[in-house]
Amino acid sequence: MRITCPFCGERDRREFYYQGAAVALERPVADAGEEAWDAYVHLRDNPAGVTKDLWYHESGCSSWIVVTRNTVTHEILDCTLACDTKSEVSI
Amino acid sequence: MAELIARPPCQGLLPLEIGTTTLSETDAGVLTSIMPFKGQEAALSEALIAAHGMAMPAANRTTGRAGIRAIWFGRGQVLLIGPSPHEALAWYAALTDQSDAWAVVRLEGAGAVDVLARLLPIDLRATQFKRGHTARTELMHMMASITRVGDQAFQIMVFRSMATTLVHDLKTAMEGVAARR
Repeated sequence: MRITCPFCGERDRREFYYQGAAVALERPVADAGEEAWDAYVHLRDNPAGVTKDLWYHESGCSSWIVVTRNTVTHEILDCTLACDTKSEVSI
Repeated sequence: MAELIARPPCQGLLPLEIGTTTLSETDAGVLTSIMPFKGQEAALSEALIAAHGMAMPAANRTTGRAGIRAIWFGRGQVLLIGPSPHEALAWYAALTDQSDAWAVVRLEGAGAVDVLARLLPIDLRATQFKRGHTARTELMHMMASITRVGDQAFQIMVFRSMATTLVHDLKTAMEGVAARR
């Protein structure tokens, strides 16, 4: 598996640390209610298909990267900096 | 006051000459990480030119020359190697002294690319990785910084605590390449 770091270019998977689903970028507002916070903290989808994960370029440039990939075909569809993605999400 | 004796990270391990490659320790001088404040990148680059005669390097690139170099060191981070940083740089960036925290070695010779190909997951051929190019990557699970400093010469940096492992891995790869020639 190869991940294209926005800074370093295409790199081997071994340079990256896998954090999990990219839910941290969609943190609910403080008064969103128990249901929203329960889902944010505990509930994760397990899609057969396209999913978004957070990866950390641990051995490289130390960027957090949002990787859009397909769990069935293992295709990497998109890699963007988490800091750029986060600024687009209304919190 | 006790007199302290400076001990280089690779003391007693280097230099090595195996086949057509040599491995030696570099006395890098002062190492300073420079992390520009938000929106201050251009002003910082001007200050670096005024103080040390080189601009801030772009991602995966270096500026300067042997003995005084600025190398890209990760997202939003550049490592100044050689001189003590001019105080004006602190107006535009967070400066952190990294001297003695890194082992700095130089691998040189006809088989240098073949040696590193055994250890690094990136393409270091001269067409892809030219003089002045640098990369943060891993060298046998160690976080490393690799810079091409000559046609057949590379600067390799890892944390000081890993100096012995670095030399061991490079030596093994150098012996492997030499045995196949």
